[in-house]
Amino acid sequence: MKIAGLIFSNIHDHSMPELTRMRTMASIPFACRYRLIDFALSNMVNSGITNIGVITHYNYQSLMDHIGGGKDWDLARRSGGIKILPPYIAAYENAAASKLYTSRLEALYGAQNFINRCGAEYIVLSDCDVVLNIDLDDVIEDHIRSGAFLTLVTKRMDVTDLHLANERDIAVVDENDRITEIDRYIPTKGEVDVSTNIMVLRRSDLQNALSEGLARGYSSFHLDIIGKNLSKKLFHAYRFNGWYSQIDSLSKYFSTSMQLLNTEVRHCLFGDPDREIYTKIRNSAPTQYKEGAAVSNSMIADGCVIEGKVENSILFRGVHVSRGTVIRNSILLQDTYVGANVSLNCVITDKNASVRDDRVLSGHETMPFFIGKGITV
Amino acid sequence: MFKKKECVAMLLAGGQGSRLYALTKKTAKPAVSFGGKYRIIDFPLSNCINSGLDTVGVLTQYQPLQLNEYIGNGLPWDLDRTFGGVKILPPYQGQKGGDWYKGTANAIWQNMEFINRYRADYVLILSGDHIYKMNYSKMLAAHKQSGADCTIAVIDVPLEEASRFGIMSTREDGSIFKFSEKPKNPDSTKASMGIYIFTREKLESYLRADAENPKSENDFGKNIIPAMLAAGEKLMAYPFAGYWKDVGTISSLWEANMDLLGAHPALSLLDETWRIYSRHEAAPPQYVGSEATVENSSVTAGCEIYGTVRNSVLGTGVVVERGAVVEDSVLMNGVRVGEGSTVRYSILDANVSLGKNVRVGEDRAKTDQIAVIGADCAIPDDGIVPPGAMLEDEKNN
Repeated sequence: MKIAGLIFSNIHDHSMPELTRMRTMASIPFACRYRLIDFALSNMVNSGITNIGVITHYNYQSLMDHIGGGKDWDLARRSGGIKILPPYIAAYENAAASKLYTSRLEALYGAQNFINRCGAEYIVLSDCDVVLNIDLDDVIEDHIRSGAFLTLVTKRMDVTDLHLANERDIAVVDENDRITEIDRYIPTKGEVDVSTNIMVLRRSDLQNALSEGLARGYSSFHLDIIGKNLSKKLFHAYRFNGWYSQIDSLSKYFSTSMQLLNTEVRHCLFGDPDREIYTKIRNSAPTQYKEGAAVSNSMIADGCVIEGKVENSILFRGVHVSRGTVIRNSILLQDTYVGANVSLNCVITDKNASVRDDRVLSGHETMPFFIGKGITV
Repeated sequence: MFKKKECVAMLLAGGQGSRLYALTKKTAKPAVSFGGKYRIIDFPLSNCINSGLDTVGVLTQYQPLQLNEYIGNGLPWDLDRTFGGVKILPPYQGQKGGDWYKGTANAIWQNMEFINRYRADYVLILSGDHIYKMNYSKMLAAHKQSGADCTIAVIDVPLEEASRFGIMSTREDGSIFKFSEKPKNPDSTKASMGIYIFTREKLESYLRADAENPKSENDFGKNIIPAMLAAGEKLMAYPFAGYWKDVGTISSLWEANMDLLGAHPALSLLDETWRIYSRHEAAPPQYVGSEATVENSSVTAGCEIYGTVRNSVLGTGVVVERGAVVEDSVLMNGVRVGEGSTVRYSILDANVSLGKNVRVGEDRAKTDQIAVIGADCAIPDDGIVPPGAMLEDEKNN
């Protein structure tokens, strides 16, 4: 059975402007050495999906650089493999007809070439703002068994764990796992089924839905394609039980990262030897802990040099922590340099940031202090 | 069609490395782990690609399975090429029969066709036994400039150690007039590093003559170089200054690992302009627990440390449980150290698993003997592995 994957790389960029100023949601660095797209890609690859299109919109240089030829995910293939799908803008037709997409449905209209030619029987759609390790084979089997038009992966969560300002789609699911309602209403208490926006459907069904959508001038996948058909077609919910996080703000990025310091969470995300998470290989040397280093409850990438104290923190590749420095509750992205006798608490530094000697910087866990790419403090 | 290559590298990787005992029971010496995430062969292969040499033949013979798997299509070293790249060259059977590689020179002679199909002007001969970073293109430039028939890389060694090496005596211009293999009374401190650049026609003619001589041991150091010197060919020494270590013994392998540590390591792998590449395992980032202590150590992805690690080198995915202590040791990929266990002055090969309260080795101040545990060994709770022990997994026999 041939299955293709489609990944939306930009869809939630606006929810985290700090880290998406120079990159797509897909290429946001996460968990020491990954980019968010690695989870969507690895989940697909681990389920044998090797024909994957990545829909992009803007800011996608960092994404192209990360993916390269796709070798690191075993997606450099003669047949299939990974394809970046930049926006399709016709040169000679009227500009209005070929404007940049603004919604998921419009993005799919732009990816019709890929959908029409991929030759797959089923298509899995995924966003890049979700962090989870999911067995998509199981989702696809469940989809086929249920005979549904579309299967949506949902996660039961307490509303108090949700970020109030987000536009997460809440699904109302009945006892037969049928979705009866989907909208953006967020109740104030109790548990809800949240859409992960991972979906499976038959390719021909997707093609038909897209032609119908184009004919009727639909613009929203959730409101039009799903919402208007809930009573006519079967929309099935696949309830995901594992650890899941959706990153929709800098503070959620921060709290999700910190959750990885919990060994159970880490093992849930990375622990299955048959379902590893792959990323671009950088060939960093092992990390050097120098005399006087004191590291506790921290997750650390290769290629770091640590001479100071690091607590409850996440260090990406090539970070340097100098002597006399104390780093607490912070996330330091790739190649951040921290000088001597510095104190950092609840700080996020973007790539190549540097903090000079003797600086004292602190944010709060609800509002981490952010130092942008390449900036020296 | 094969594109012409100015220089082809031939890497001799068939050595057994018998003095590494348990560590080379199941694998060839060049595939032995080093520095956490590397294998010895990563160094010459990375040196090749960093020097702009993209055509490398790897001659394998002893226990080639792991080495073949490891090298694969050469992707980690950027040597998966349409034109050139890395090729494994095992001994083979031809129409007139075939033979194992009888010596270093014979191994190259049997693969002359590989070199000739690239119409190479020069041949670089390397061995897979040493840890060092070297720009071979500079040596090639020196070879071309001097117009030598053969250039041999040499390193200055202390006079008292010179009798362990092949020693070159040179004139002022660097030309070699005498070569003595492991001399009792060395008259020079220039030791051969086992790295040769030959002009191809000369190499081919001397290898042919050597192959026709039934008394020859078919060895570069013992036969080819002396024959060339005797015939008055131009042999030049190419001086190398920098870190270079033969890791052929348990103690030298341990020392070389320790050279990665300290405030100013003798060997640093952090230099981004001369990266050492290796085949990568998709391990998650390393995690250091709340009660852990990690000092003066080199730690690789996938490690989880809840105990104490000092003056040690840890490979991919090593787990050190709560209350465990690892000191002055080298732990290769996938080693597990159970709760309350201590590992001192030891080398633990891949996937060794220690139960609870196991004691391996002895404080370095109290012993001069390294304890070695071979791959896949499991030591039950409260087990004791004395200093100097050499354990092997029985299933591997």
